[in-house]
Amino acid sequence: MPEQTLFQPLTWSDLLVMAPELALGAWFVLLVVLELLLPRAVSRNWIGGLTLTGLLGAFTLILLRMLESNGEVISLLGDSYRVDDFASMLKLLFLAATALIVLLGLGTVRYDRAVTDKGEYFYLLLPAVIGAMTMASSGNLVTLYIGLELLSITSYVLVGLRRKSSLSAEAAFKYVITGGLSSAFILFGMSYLYGVIGSVQLAEINAALPGALEQYEALIYTGFLMMIIGFAIKIAAAPFHAWSLDVYQGAPTPIAAFLAVVSKGAALAIVFRMMFATALFASPDRTSISSVSDEVFFIVLLVAAASMLYGTLAALRQLNVKRLLALSGVANAGYLLVPIGVSFTIGHLNNMSEFLFYLIAYLLMTIGAFGIHTVVSRAAGHDELSGYAGMYYRSPWLALSMILFVLSLAGLPLSAGFFGKLFIVLGAERAQAYWIVAVMVLSSVISYYFYFGLVRQMFMRSSNGLSGASHSLDNDEDAEEGYGFRTSGTSQTLAAQEAKAGHIETAGSSEQADEESVVQSAEAKMENSLSSSLEQGDGVIRIPWPTGIVIALCAILTLALGIVPGPLVDIIQQLFSFPLPSH
Amino acid sequence: MSGLEQIPILSIILLSPLLGLVIIQLLPGQRANWLKIAVTTATLLPLALSLWLYADYDRNQGAVSYSETYSWVQAPLKMNVGGDWFFSFQYAVGIDGLSLPLLLLTAIVTAMAALAAVHVKKRRKSFFSWFLLLEFGMIGAFIARDLFVFFVFFEITLVAMYFLIGIWGYYNRERAANQFLIYNGIGSAIMLIAFVMLVNTAGFHVIETTQSLQYIYSGSYSDIIRNLSDPSAYVNLTADSIGSNPFALNETKQWAIFILLLVAFGIKLPVFPFHSWMLKVHQEAPPAVVMIHSGILLKLGAYGLLRFGLFLFPVQAREWASVLAILGLINLLYGAILAFRQQEFKLVLAYSSISHMGIVLIGLAAFNEIGLQGALFQLISHGLISALLFLIVGSLYERTGTTELSRLGGLARSMPFISGVLLAAGLASLGLPGLSGFVGELLSLLGLFESMRWVTALAVVGIVLTAVYILRSVLKITFGPQREGLTAIRDARFVEALPMVVLLAFIILLGCYPSVLTDTVQTSVGGFMDLLLATRAGG
Repeated sequence: MPEQTLFQPLTWSDLLVMAPELALGAWFVLLVVLELLLPRAVSRNWIGGLTLTGLLGAFTLILLRMLESNGEVISLLGDSYRVDDFASMLKLLFLAATALIVLLGLGTVRYDRAVTDKGEYFYLLLPAVIGAMTMASSGNLVTLYIGLELLSITSYVLVGLRRKSSLSAEAAFKYVITGGLSSAFILFGMSYLYGVIGSVQLAEINAALPGALEQYEALIYTGFLMMIIGFAIKIAAAPFHAWSLDVYQGAPTPIAAFLAVVSKGAALAIVFRMMFATALFASPDRTSISSVSDEVFFIVLLVAAASMLYGTLAALRQLNVKRLLALSGVANAGYLLVPIGVSFTIGHLNNMSEFLFYLIAYLLMTIGAFGIHTVVSRAAGHDELSGYAGMYYRSPWLALSMILFVLSLAGLPLSAGFFGKLFIVLGAERAQAYWIVAVMVLSSVISYYFYFGLVRQMFMRSSNGLSGASHSLDNDEDAEEGYGFRTSGTSQTLAAQEAKAGHIETAGSSEQADEESVVQSAEAKMENSLSSSLEQGDGVIRIPWPTGIVIALCAILTLALGIVPGPLVDIIQQLFSFPLPSH
Repeated sequence: MSGLEQIPILSIILLSPLLGLVIIQLLPGQRANWLKIAVTTATLLPLALSLWLYADYDRNQGAVSYSETYSWVQAPLKMNVGGDWFFSFQYAVGIDGLSLPLLLLTAIVTAMAALAAVHVKKRRKSFFSWFLLLEFGMIGAFIARDLFVFFVFFEITLVAMYFLIGIWGYYNRERAANQFLIYNGIGSAIMLIAFVMLVNTAGFHVIETTQSLQYIYSGSYSDIIRNLSDPSAYVNLTADSIGSNPFALNETKQWAIFILLLVAFGIKLPVFPFHSWMLKVHQEAPPAVVMIHSGILLKLGAYGLLRFGLFLFPVQAREWASVLAILGLINLLYGAILAFRQQEFKLVLAYSSISHMGIVLIGLAAFNEIGLQGALFQLISHGLISALLFLIVGSLYERTGTTELSRLGGLARSMPFISGVLLAAGLASLGLPGLSGFVGELLSLLGLFESMRWVTALAVVGIVLTAVYILRSVLKITFGPQREGLTAIRDARFVEALPMVVLLAFIILLGCYPSVLTDTVQTSVGGFMDLLLATRAGG
């Protein structure tokens, strides 16, 4: 009964359970103070390094707890904070993703003149990830909301970090407005549920809903609908996605990756928990799953279908890579909503592992793609698709990794994305949701067009932006192309660039120290020509070592999961301790 | 017995192109000769092995079964029912009288296309990398015995072809590559939906281990075909002891899957309204790639239709036999009439392919042994003939810079050898007795004549049209007044002549001794006919 759990004090052992979050919080405060005290001359990359250390520390703590707890669920403060395997797994994911993003930041932030406070760039990621972790662990609506706000408010600041860029300011402003709207919808929906049930605990809501439905059906519908809308804004699911294009474009690229992966992942995770812990319930006579529950899940499926279709169709004509990736994120939010929306059926309870597997695949390919975009856009001086032109000649390994991410995003075989989508499709089919299977598969095909647009740029165009076909205007094509593309007008410079890029590539893979010096000289060069950094675009792709690590890691894991997904699936299935509804 | 079944021969054939792929990555890109030698070896290896396999299989009359199965991924499946449930993805390959001829065709055409790739001048190393990857995908698709394995290899051919068309094609290559990707992507997506529906129902089997029972859903072809043909299998029980069975494949679902498969492979084949992408590919892709596309990849569509559409759903296919026949007839006539109107030799050949694939559909629609034999014979024969024709197109284009019929003429004088081969290939294509094209057409039409006479009569009109358009274009190229500027061109070099001779030799061999092929095919087709007669469709 609610009265018993109204107040329950925090004990020391509870603090121990929350150690990862608390330690991160303390680390954050420490870094804020450190940043204030550090002289201006000291590179802020040190702060980045320390942030990374903190994240890895928290990662280890959670891993230890997971190994120790052995699947047992610990709930704190009257079940308002749950530490179960679902939460721990997600926290590990968020921390790992954030660590990758900090690495990306280390590779880019020092070249970004528009970012004035480079320290903030790193340490503000900490409260954001604490917010995401809180969301993953929340067992009641209030905790959930607090986590969400912590994540959101820090993200607003992060988006606006490029203070000298008006695009960034615009993005931050738009994000604040839509974010506020989203929170309003969520709170509104929650208030209805609380009003009817009299409790904010997910478990109690679940237990009381069947009874309450008899009297307050309309109110409960409204509550769920509002909450779904609010979360749909957060995860940028169509038709509530419009903010994401502008925000991703304006935000620093690694932060855009953070929004696409951690922010979206946390919101999706909470939709998952909320839907399965509250909305899934038996009808009063306990013989079948209630129709109201079915309809709430159906709304989720509708949002999923809209996202997949809109995300892919709108991306067909998109030429800006960041906006393209934002739309890809919209479509992927749709794919991730499918295992939530198909609910549980007799023949299919795999939703959790499908969701987590695809989330991991999505994390790897998205961060990888954003990582490549950071280096390509710096070389090109803009975010347009044409920046990728002829990349295969300039940096073949980078182009090959990009192919891998593109194949994975498009869901083609031997990539993590293929198995992710295949599992979801298999599950949705078992749940007999044939129409969503059709929407999913067909939207994947449409997406080939623009994902392969990137491939087209990298492999079939030369870097002056012309189509490779243009040199074969005259009839004697074979003769002209007899020496490959080196005969064309731009090829002299390209060959030189190729050589240079090749040099940097080898340096990146062999000696870090060498690479460091290249980066430093690059940095010096940047300083000189910085005012013109936007139109610089000399086409040489330099890969700073932290970015190189991120890209290589994402590429290897994407490929590995595409070839042997078995072990990961096993791990996820073994950890499955998410409470099933008791009926 | 040669002990061939002791070694994983199929995997060796499958992996040899990949080995070649790795080797050429290690070679310096400037050494064109080294590259050529490596690639040729990498394509000759599967050719030699599959020839050996073919001979061995023929001798044993299919008595020895070659198949390999390895578990790939076991993904646990949570059910609201007790027991250990899994999704199982396995690497399963095997051959029968249906796959083996196509495997051999793949090996022959690819090896010849590798020689024909002499015309490729730019970025040779990447060309050959994608080329070998394409061969890997094709071989895999033909020997796959698991739905997902088939799908994976099918998609690999898609990606490899995209690059081969998009980078090394002619002027409009990018559009052609895009169209190829989207059309075939839609086809494979529809195929995936059908496969997923099949796996979740008919892919069910139980494995008894020492401790417990494992309930497994997998894409294993043998399990699926066994479940579907066994009326007492769980998948065919629409009602079980508890009530309705949600995992049964009822009538509606079977029809849905059959039609999905028909559309998916119809796009690949291509069947009439879905053919526009393939014209673009024929026109824009480099000759060596068109050899493969027209010679093998189109056959993949027909193979899929036969293997998954007809073999798994004989009842449905039987009921739709007339639909198949009419689709085939439309393809045959439409292709022939449009081929007659074309001014571009490559388009003549493209429409001719549509027309000839119509004959394959007609043979399938016959639903008797002769018809099915004819369809398969036509597949192999057309694969060889169209590969040969496009090989010649490549040589012509290299010399004359055009394939417009109006700009060619009188080539017999300057290039007697190539012109002679062109004429022979043309004659084979129009079905001259003694060459392979004749046998395929005759068997298909004979088969259909038993069941649908009027369709057969109309189809014969199509055959006559074939003779007209083939002779029209071949004669225009080889005879008549010699065009200016075409007098000084040389005849075929050795490296071009060799594949022409080899392909022509196979065409003549099949024309004179059809039993080389039909005996092998018989081992599978006969089994299918037995199966068919055992089901409702036969009665």
